[in-house]
Amino acid sequence: MNILAQAKQALPVKDPDFSKVLNGFGLEKDNFGAPVDTSKRTILYVEGITVSFDGFRALNNLNLYVDEGELRCIIGPNGAGKTTMMDVITGKTKPDEGTVYFGQQINLLELSEHQIARGGIGRKFQKPTIFEALTVYENLELATASNKAVWWTLTKSLSGEQKFRIDEVLIQIGLKELRYKNAGALSHGQKQWLEIGMLLMQSPRVLLVDEPVAGMTGEETEKTAELLLSLAGKHSVIVVEHDMKFVRSIARKVTVLHQGSVLTEGTMDQVQNDPKVIEVYLGE
Amino acid sequence: MLIKRLLLNDRGGAIVLALIAAMMVIIPILNLAVPTSSPFHVSTFTVTLLGKFLCYALLALSVDLIWGYCGILSLGQGAFFTLGGYAMGMYLMRQIGARGQYGNAELPDFMVFLNWDHLPWYWLGFDSFAFAMLMVIVVPGLLAFVFGWLAFRSRVTGVYFSIITQALTYALMLAFFRNEMGFGGNNGLTDFKDILGQPIAADTTRIALFLSSGIALITAYIACRYIVTSRFGRIVVSIRDAESRTRFCGYKVESYKLWIFVFSSILAGIAGALYVPQVGIINPGEFSPLNSIELVVWVATGGRGTLFGAIVGAFSVNYGKTIFTSFSPETWLFALGALFVIVTLVLPKGLVGLFNRPKKSESAHEALDNETIDKETIDEEISGTKTNSAEAK
Repeated sequence: MNILAQAKQALPVKDPDFSKVLNGFGLEKDNFGAPVDTSKRTILYVEGITVSFDGFRALNNLNLYVDEGELRCIIGPNGAGKTTMMDVITGKTKPDEGTVYFGQQINLLELSEHQIARGGIGRKFQKPTIFEALTVYENLELATASNKAVWWTLTKSLSGEQKFRIDEVLIQIGLKELRYKNAGALSHGQKQWLEIGMLLMQSPRVLLVDEPVAGMTGEETEKTAELLLSLAGKHSVIVVEHDMKFVRSIARKVTVLHQGSVLTEGTMDQVQNDPKVIEVYLGE
Repeated sequence: MLIKRLLLNDRGGAIVLALIAAMMVIIPILNLAVPTSSPFHVSTFTVTLLGKFLCYALLALSVDLIWGYCGILSLGQGAFFTLGGYAMGMYLMRQIGARGQYGNAELPDFMVFLNWDHLPWYWLGFDSFAFAMLMVIVVPGLLAFVFGWLAFRSRVTGVYFSIITQALTYALMLAFFRNEMGFGGNNGLTDFKDILGQPIAADTTRIALFLSSGIALITAYIACRYIVTSRFGRIVVSIRDAESRTRFCGYKVESYKLWIFVFSSILAGIAGALYVPQVGIINPGEFSPLNSIELVVWVATGGRGTLFGAIVGAFSVNYGKTIFTSFSPETWLFALGALFVIVTLVLPKGLVGLFNRPKKSESAHEALDNETIDKETIDEEISGTKTNSAEAK
């Protein structure tokens, strides 16, 4: 398959400290029991997924492979199944057919949402969903990778190391000065960044980002592009987006979905010149 | 440090607790030490009334914890209150001994009346005060655990949850109305004589019950503050505001809902147990769905999501009810309905919302910082929009 060859080209330099960061937060304790086996470089295997809602096939024999540290953009017209695909990966929707593996051994279809989230797959929703009643800092505190059992959260506060990590992320998403501000009072763009920051607090291996720049101003879009680019390499990032200009600015490899399955894959130029894609987007 | 965390930033709570503590000092003195002839004397009737209000306040607190903080609108909280009350009532029934109408030392009167020849198994152990107190906690807690486990696991939320809690309390009411249940049928449990060897109607006993209710309320309040100021409390608020987001942050939402629901039902059970010896009766009417709805009105009136608002609401609505029903009993329900409508429309934050200004940031300095940042970001936004519109053109 030429996908692998292409992916190798697209793969940025790996951050050597990545595993250290993970260990530092004791994520193994809350992990799936087995470490994520990415010896074949692929971190996410989505194979033959079919999802039907009342006879409508939202996903139709979908195959998708994402490499470790890759930044992948997924585009497609409305109803192509982009959000459903994210639902399947994060455990919200169970498919009728197919398999989803995280690394080579962990079957995501057997796990529930919170287990998948704890294990290292973070998801950002289309609409910014943050906890508006809490401050920016508290939002990140909640999202921190830590023991999330009831008794722990009732009696223990975060360790110094974890607090330090919150500060790091605050800088990364550019909200350091607003740490004590109520999240509900943030601007739309700031909310989106906060949500990305919350994903980062979970020290995820894979980030699923659904339409990060919808409704953003030009400047905010640029900042978001920078942020996402800085994340690739340390994390595998999957971005679903409509905004072609934005996709062009960050994309290394693009997957086009159409009617629930992959239409084509390749670089932005390849994809844009693909007659099938032109047909889907511009009509016959 | 802990005290600071619990009561700092909670001025309203501190004031309410101080008022309750003051009441707990003054009322016993005015009742026991001031002679009846003095105009400052507080009658035992008033003491009992205030004791009842304290129990209601505890019950309202339990509703506010789950409704105000976790967004679980339980319309069956009265069921846990009544179960706690029944556990206490059963202990008090066993204390009557041979002093009942039929003089039967082995069986309560209503069982003799039904020609039962032995005590049902579930009455065993209620002679012991310690066992009865354990049941006050275990019975409501266990019911809440089983019910909550089933409901939250199936992701029953919002109005559906409210409806099934109504059904729960209604079903319990119908069950307890049946004589065969062995809880005294529609007469319930009454004619209590002693509690812990003290005559139940004596002034000193009443004062002791009043003080116990006050202590229970204050302790429960501090426990609730501990919960809502912990990380657990913030997670619970997150569940209220964005449940699926919390789930995708890696939290098992069901467990959080379940434990806060169980804790709240235990508080309601304790409130019921303190209520019964003060009013002297417990009957299935307490399970009535209307009661559970009424207590949600108390919380809404006081101000939801503040804890102390629930106490303010329970006191003010019940005080209003006492005044109102003494001169125009038949219009009380209309007044209650009108109150709920007015509160919803005019005072969404309840009575305490009138006094409680929005909380300022940690310090004035930071607030200032935030403001400057605000201006910058606004500027940014404006310039950003300009760029956008320029592009559009």
